[in-house]
Amino acid sequence: MEFVLLTLLKIVCVVVPVLTIVAYAVLVERKVSAFVQDRVGPNRTVPPLALKIPVLGPLLQRWGIFQPMADGLKFVLKEDFTPGYVRKAYFWLAPAITMVPAFLVLAVIPFGSTLGNPENKMVIADLNVGILYTFGIVSLGVYGIVLAGYASNSKYPFLGGIRSSAQMISYEIAMGMSVIPVFLIVGDLNLGKLIEWQAQHHWLVFSPTGAVSFVIFLVAAFAETNRLPFDMPESESELVGGYHTEYSSMKFALFFLGEYANMVASSAMMVTLFFGGWTFPGLTEPANSVAVGLLHIGIFVAKLLVLMLVFIWVRWMLPRFRYDQLMDLGWRRFIPVALANILVTAVVLWMNSK
Amino acid sequence: MIVKREKLTWWERLYLPALLGGFKVTFRHFANTLFRGRTVGKELSGGYYPETPWKVAEGYRGAPYLVRDQNGDTKCVSCQLCEFVCPPKAIRIVPPGPDGPVPDRPNAEKIPREFEINMLRCIFCGFCQEVCPEEAIFLRQDYSLTGHSRKEMIYGKEKLLALGGTQAGVQKWKQKLEEAREQENFPVKA
Repeated sequence: MEFVLLTLLKIVCVVVPVLTIVAYAVLVERKVSAFVQDRVGPNRTVPPLALKIPVLGPLLQRWGIFQPMADGLKFVLKEDFTPGYVRKAYFWLAPAITMVPAFLVLAVIPFGSTLGNPENKMVIADLNVGILYTFGIVSLGVYGIVLAGYASNSKYPFLGGIRSSAQMISYEIAMGMSVIPVFLIVGDLNLGKLIEWQAQHHWLVFSPTGAVSFVIFLVAAFAETNRLPFDMPESESELVGGYHTEYSSMKFALFFLGEYANMVASSAMMVTLFFGGWTFPGLTEPANSVAVGLLHIGIFVAKLLVLMLVFIWVRWMLPRFRYDQLMDLGWRRFIPVALANILVTAVVLWMNSK
Repeated sequence: MIVKREKLTWWERLYLPALLGGFKVTFRHFANTLFRGRTVGKELSGGYYPETPWKVAEGYRGAPYLVRDQNGDTKCVSCQLCEFVCPPKAIRIVPPGPDGPVPDRPNAEKIPREFEINMLRCIFCGFCQEVCPEEAIFLRQDYSLTGHSRKEMIYGKEKLLALGGTQAGVQKWKQKLEEAREQENFPVKA
């Protein structure tokens, strides 16, 4: 009983902040894009009462702090239009299928050490097959997009769906192979153990093979989340809106949130795999008090936010790849490099063990 | 023309210089906007739209208005070319007919009885200005047209003339007259 309650509490404590991060990631995205393009970004939205607060009210308005609330309200109030020619059942199912896997991935991420009690780890599901579970769930994400493209029954979403299936399946291979060296080094699939290893030795991004893994994982994560250098499924200049062309209102919002939730999930994965999760040089022991436990969670969130910023910044920095270049990069560059990386890691470990 | 692609060196093919260059450019703009408040709106107009009106560039194609000539007379002769050329069919002209108003200037046969532009339909393409043989209609610099009803947004002749003002600079008939004189006035070889 206590276990169920604790797990429910942890789920709430993960999902609510993640949704908040997602909402404010949209704001940061808009602000960063504005600043990179010499604009000011959202700076008008403000509830009338907030303006009454002396200095802070106008300042919050200028930063656009209230914009996500207005956006959310807009999505809820907009007409939910279902075109007559779509395949209804799949059309309704697709947004949910896109959104859910991103949140399921977060279940195995250790977002902190403990809150004093060593029995109670700060992870929703402490699976021993953590990483396998993650890849199983992440590959579900493609179904939502393919289903959306198929269900919309019109050409641009269809093309978007086809592109995404090819792209995401290709990059999943590179992504899966890129993390194998990590587990060769650590010798455990459990993400909690992985962090313990990194706490005792060093962050994996600082080892040569780990760094190569990280670069491949990062690029593959861009492709998996359909973010800009690889946003083939959406590519507004070619496919109108890609797979979500026919969607409106809250259904569209689910796709939109799904993309950002995917970013959060990928960033969390990268923090766990390569940046030592909640650890920090000097803070390597699991916490034995609530304050230190919260500090660990704060460290994890800070690392996560930095990686989110990388995701956002890259979108406004790089132009979209051509489709054949994308496939070329995936199959003819990253997969061989990832394979070589596995081989080198294995050989080095074998030499060291003798 | 075929442009020969330059062969990239291995360093360029690594994609790293492009990444670095992209980061440099974006970071420069980001920092300038964030710390110095340099934005396009401030540089061009000194502020942003509702508070500071946008500074219209020369040659901007805003709303089409009718203009008067240097003597304050109506230039339009009701030829209806603009009505025909208008892609969204925003212009409607009522010709004077046999017993209609007489033109207020010499050199003109007709004057429109009514001239309407529906600003809700107008796409500011400038075809009317281009096609007008009398240089009577010009795209002015107004870009923010508002009204309380659809009816209000249909601008009549008087309103269009008032908004257009005089266009003394272009004096087509004077120019034609000078051209005609010029043709009479050729140097005669002895």
